Amino acid sequence: MATQHSRYAARLMMAPAVILLLGWMLVPLSMTLLFSFKKYLPLRGGDLGWVGFDNYTRFVTSSAFWPSVLTTLIIVGGVLIITVVFGVLLAILLNQPMWGQGIVRILVIAPFFVMPTVSALVWKNMFMDPVNGLFAHIWKIFGLTPVEWLSQASIQSIIMIVSWQWLPFATLILLTAIQSLDSEQLEAAEMDGAPPLARFGFITLPHLGRALTIVILIQTIFLLSIFAEIFVTTGGAFGTRTLSYLIFQRVLESQNIGLGSAGGIYAVILANIIAIFLMRIVGKNLDA
Amino acid sequence: MVSAAAILAATAAHSDTLTIATVNNGDMIRMQGYTDDFTAKTGHDVEWVTLEENVLRQRVTTDITTHGGAFDIMTIGMYETPIWGQNGWLVALDDLSEGYDADDILPAMRGGLSHDGTMYAAPFYGESSMIMYRTDLVEAAGMSMPDAPTWSEVAALARAMTDKDGEIYGICLRGKAGWGENMAFLTATSNAFGARWFDEDWKPQFDQPAWKETLSFYVDLMNDAGPPGASTNGFNENLSLFQQGKCGMWIDATVAASFVTNPNDSTVADKVGFALAPDTGLGPRGNWLWAWALGIPAGTQKEAAAKQFIEWATSKDYIELVAAKEGWANVPPGARTSLYENANYADVPFAKMTLDSILSADPNNPTVDPVPYVGVQFAAIPEFAGIASQVGQEFSAALAGQQSVDEALAKAQALTAEEMEAAGY
Repeated sequence: MATQHSRYAARLMMAPAVILLLGWMLVPLSMTLLFSFKKYLPLRGGDLGWVGFDNYTRFVTSSAFWPSVLTTLIIVGGVLIITVVFGVLLAILLNQPMWGQGIVRILVIAPFFVMPTVSALVWKNMFMDPVNGLFAHIWKIFGLTPVEWLSQASIQSIIMIVSWQWLPFATLILLTAIQSLDSEQLEAAEMDGAPPLARFGFITLPHLGRALTIVILIQTIFLLSIFAEIFVTTGGAFGTRTLSYLIFQRVLESQNIGLGSAGGIYAVILANIIAIFLMRIVGKNLDA
Repeated sequence: MVSAAAILAATAAHSDTLTIATVNNGDMIRMQGYTDDFTAKTGHDVEWVTLEENVLRQRVTTDITTHGGAFDIMTIGMYETPIWGQNGWLVALDDLSEGYDADDILPAMRGGLSHDGTMYAAPFYGESSMIMYRTDLVEAAGMSMPDAPTWSEVAALARAMTDKDGEIYGICLRGKAGWGENMAFLTATSNAFGARWFDEDWKPQFDQPAWKETLSFYVDLMNDAGPPGASTNGFNENLSLFQQGKCGMWIDATVAASFVTNPNDSTVADKVGFALAPDTGLGPRGNWLWAWALGIPAGTQKEAAAKQFIEWATSKDYIELVAAKEGWANVPPGARTSLYENANYADVPFAKMTLDSILSADPNNPTVDPVPYVGVQFAAIPEFAGIASQVGQEFSAALAGQQSVDEALAKAQALTAEEMEAAGY
């Protein structure tokens, strides 16, 4: 049992880490909040004074705002659906005894270690290029006109690239969960005559509930700020401008720190709304 | 002996390590290979931060606006230099040594890198844009390419050369969204059609017929004779297509001439011809003017060493060093008058066309009607990069067929007006 002294010592020793972490988060957040109320144009003389909620109004009334929110949600939703569905299937598959299991598992996990910019470049130039890409060659073998992926199916292409990157993460978490499933339970169900789909629906899937929650929560948080893949492939064109890309344009390309900061605060609010929503819906699993 | 030791000791005592941000193109990478020559001459070390063009622009802009001090020398262009020079963010380069011969720098380059007559960055290389075309395909089409063609001649030739089943595309042009990508090309092209970004009251001009004519012409031509996926092709993608022999012609930076004629990289190295960028008979041609230059951010602690580096990298001696080691075709072009007076360089096939292109671009009078801004393929105002990136996205979507030319122009007009109003014009 901890004494008063040991508790005090523990707090004292933890204090530097806590202060550092708080500072790490609070300083940028406070500065973003501060700048969002200022007309701050570095190329036009810097800080030009307070403007109240002007930046917030301008950001939200810009014609680019709502489409960018919608694009963000479509990409996050699309990637979640693909990674969860295929993640479950892959996890079940990788759990089966097979020759070279270790190597297969490493290969499946490998995409997660590739940098987003590199993977986007590889996809853009080696797979999706309508002249030299692998897909174009496959299409031509079948006598079809190659698809101009990044301009004709831009959002779908980005979802595909990002899903490829995040699928290993989902698979890994779900595989770990599936390995803890009691095989005797499945065998008992099988002996009772339960078909495979029923065994999956009534035993495997409920068992994966917690792992799925983790996958959905963590992926949503990361995917809301998706940027590199869009920057490398479409540059925000063809309706692929997400909220984070719009903020990047306002801050770095237009050099309007105030306007971009207001956008940043909107993004924080949006992320929190979604996180709360998710916690309410799927987070109940975590209490169990 | 004693004095030599003393000089060495003094040099060592004052040796600095310069951090230089630069772009990842062939000439800059080559310069990095010769860093030892600079270190041997001055005793200063160099640390390179090599970045892709768009990323470089963002990194150096962020660093200079926040006075971050991460770099002692920055690679910047004609767009940034006058704006930053005016703001006092760059060290003036008006006291370079006599041997450097600043008067030898091409006036167009020097003018574009100056503010109020003071040079704020020294050109490492200068460029314009021109037509690079396949002589064999032009011949096969039974046509010819004039040295100074019109856009209608170019379009007819491009359509005649196109063989989509054989993967030969008559013309490869930039379509990838970005102020330094498709908008550099389209702004320069629009000059030939008599379009302009703003009238003299800074009112956006995308609702004028000249822009509609420019964009419609470009979209139609690319649909008929361009490669698939052109709306995501930038400089590098088109370079690759041309080197593979898939483009009948390509209108882009003059600096690409050495890449497409290099037999190590290009499958069509011996079949490339050069011509001036096209016009429409109104006066201006569709070629741009650009320099990648080296500037020193104000406030650096290593100003003297940084100036030494700039003098080394942009000097006549450096050009001769590269020529001696790698041949005259590989020297950084477009920066110095003396290079074009050099008999050895005159033998390089693209030398004359490069100089003619550079000399025919006028940043002060880029188009038919007068404009309130300076710049051929950009308007040198701080807001331009942000606005043009968004306009570039609309034009790219029009090329991809996701919206009509009219829709793209209407959106471009609205967003430009919105941004200019917010900036206080």
